[in-house]
Amino acid sequence: MKFIDEFRRSDLAQAVSARIQQRSKTPARLMEFCGSHTVAIFKHGIRQMLPPTIDMTSGPGCPVCVTANTDIDKSIALAKIPGVILATFGDMLKVPGSYSSLQEAKAEGADVRVVYSTLDALAIAKENPDRKVVFLGIGFETTTPTIAASVLQAEAEGIRNFSILSQNKVCPPTIRALLDLGEIRLQGLICPGHVSAVIGSHPWDFISREYGIPCVVSGFEPLDILQGIEMLVAQIESGQSKVEIAYRRGVRPEGNRKAIEVIEQVFQPCAASWRGIGIVPGSGLKLRPRYERFDADLAFDIQPGPTREHAGCLCGEILRGVKTPADCRLFGKACTPENPVGPCMVSHEGSCSAHYLYGEDHGE
Amino acid sequence: MCLAIPALIQSIEGTIAQADIGGISRPVSILLTPDVNVGDYVLIHTGYAISVLDQEEAHETLKLLEEMARYEEEREIH
Amino acid sequence: MMGNKILLSHGSGGKRSHDLISKMFRSAFDNPLLARMDDSAVLDLNGRVAFTTDSYVVTPIFFPGGDIGKLAVCGTVNDMAMMGAKPLYLSIAFVIEEGLLEDDLRMIVESVRQAALEANVQIVTGDTKVVGQGMADKLFLNTSGVGVIPEGIDISGSNARAGDKVILSGTIGDHAIAVLSRREGLSFSTDLKSDCAPLNHLVSQMLQASANIHSLRDPTRGGLATTLNEIAAQSQVGIRIEENQIPVRREVRAACEMLGFDPLYLANEGKLIAMVTPEDAQRVLAAMRAHELGKDAAIIGEVTDKKPGRVTMTTAIGSHRIVDMLVGDMLPRIC
Repeated sequence: MKFIDEFRRSDLAQAVSARIQQRSKTPARLMEFCGSHTVAIFKHGIRQMLPPTIDMTSGPGCPVCVTANTDIDKSIALAKIPGVILATFGDMLKVPGSYSSLQEAKAEGADVRVVYSTLDALAIAKENPDRKVVFLGIGFETTTPTIAASVLQAEAEGIRNFSILSQNKVCPPTIRALLDLGEIRLQGLICPGHVSAVIGSHPWDFISREYGIPCVVSGFEPLDILQGIEMLVAQIESGQSKVEIAYRRGVRPEGNRKAIEVIEQVFQPCAASWRGIGIVPGSGLKLRPRYERFDADLAFDIQPGPTREHAGCLCGEILRGVKTPADCRLFGKACTPENPVGPCMVSHEGSCSAHYLYGEDHGE
Repeated sequence: MCLAIPALIQSIEGTIAQADIGGISRPVSILLTPDVNVGDYVLIHTGYAISVLDQEEAHETLKLLEEMARYEEEREIH
Repeated sequence: MMGNKILLSHGSGGKRSHDLISKMFRSAFDNPLLARMDDSAVLDLNGRVAFTTDSYVVTPIFFPGGDIGKLAVCGTVNDMAMMGAKPLYLSIAFVIEEGLLEDDLRMIVESVRQAALEANVQIVTGDTKVVGQGMADKLFLNTSGVGVIPEGIDISGSNARAGDKVILSGTIGDHAIAVLSRREGLSFSTDLKSDCAPLNHLVSQMLQASANIHSLRDPTRGGLATTLNEIAAQSQVGIRIEENQIPVRREVRAACEMLGFDPLYLANEGKLIAMVTPEDAQRVLAAMRAHELGKDAAIIGEVTDKKPGRVTMTTAIGSHRIVDMLVGDMLPRIC
């Protein structure tokens, strides 16, 4: 496929790997913030192509993983309200909350439907005028404009039985919160490519400016990631820290103006709770008063009951990059993709799932 | 965190475009990329185009990587 | 006008049931063994017998390249063929949700007939039940099959040996994506068709080419990755495959990129993998490529004595990783 195959060429990948091997002298801990990067790194075997100087750490950039139990419990409670159809991306179905998951609620009779797009959720609302269709809004800045767009469309078409349970989050304040915790020292950050396709590269400027950490926005093909690492190594070895883009075909420094405008039209910032990190001011999004009739939080009396955390689960520490899946005594034993305890094992792009499925196998 | 896939815009009607994604065809919303034209490649995320791909930049990136490969090859020979 | 529908009384055992059986099933599957209409079919079999059963539930029941009827015949025929058996006889049971259109049932029965003809097997016994609305999803089928394993053939998932080449008969994932493309809420258009096909003739050509085929298996649900893991575990061997050698259609790759699937885990209904001694691998490959259902066959890897029970893969960019079994079910995802 065009724009995919060219960026999987093994000759070029080997060359970039050789360049990294050659140039990297300083031991460096690099974090890939984004879970899709984590999966791509494992799936293509990129860790094995890096020199021992480079230590890759996975960050909290998986919207499923960072959703707090209170929020998952809320979506389950909402799905159980009679007359509600809860439409969700497939990612959320199996995530365990305090006591249950959407998948279990569905088995018990709740009407939970997996959709590929908010457009599909709108179609369900139109087909079921006597039901209340709630879309479970998860995701970062990549997904948020598509959810905002569905609100605008529902308004334009007068669809009254459609609403959003917004658990959408924004990334930059959370990276700041993570760095301010001071638990990990990073020499470089691979910034999320598709979030940046929407918000641009400027929102990351503070990281290099205030924290002195080199940043590169990278795409998701193996060559994009290797090039991103190569650019970070170049910055590290020359003592620089700036924000660069290794994914220029998809990301412009200013981002996608229209998408940003649509987000800002529909949503306003609020505090949000991140698993493992806690409440981060300004990292959540809620519907603006003008669109509050699409706000499921206001439309329904949602009573999720008390929350609890799973004993022994290290998802929080893993999301902060201070522990690895191997440090968790549940990993691969009590917690597997078939029987996940924590969300990092459920989500396809969770660190635990990637470690479990693709292994730390370095071949023969 | 976000899967997105390159797709070729084949036709446009209002805010909905027909997109070719490697041989499969699907309607996608172009509400977020109003300046897109037929023949452009876009990144599709959950049925919406979120960015118009810059083909020239893609070409430039590949050229840079190819140069890097040539350089590395020469370095290994010497 | 809506066509006639299957009613509960079609399954009551009375006149309607008899009419349905004689007009729809008996005439379509007509053969001397079935025509006796006794309580059991009586079969004359010699030698080792392969016996298998499977149930079929698929949404939608009609999909590009086939339907649930064709699937039920091919699936059971293929399970026998993977033991090196010559499939001979099938049973078929229909569990019908009331309200199914008679015309739809007739089309499915016709494709059962055609698939049986193509596979050269006879349907010798059957059953029909009708259940109330909502108690089944339109139509469930169960087929069992009986076949005979020729003298000297010993093919099993436990027989793979270090050094064997792994041969795949063609592109993976066609069935899964063809079915998915017609599923509600996901629809995308593609010319892709299910690969659903009986593999017994292909297998018999392979067996003629070589006596050194150790394992055969059709990677249905769970896909190539799961099937390879099963063989690695059963035979206590390692398997190393090459990502670049695995044939995948462009449309299948695209759908996977879009929905977050991995072709290695997608279901196939007309593909097989074979573990063959290195000396005979090229001969078997040539025999497969000479057959319509094996024209895209490729050697995708080999069996090793390292890491017994593990499947590893050389990735497209020349690195490597583990390939595990499918876990859970695949859902379209955004991340």
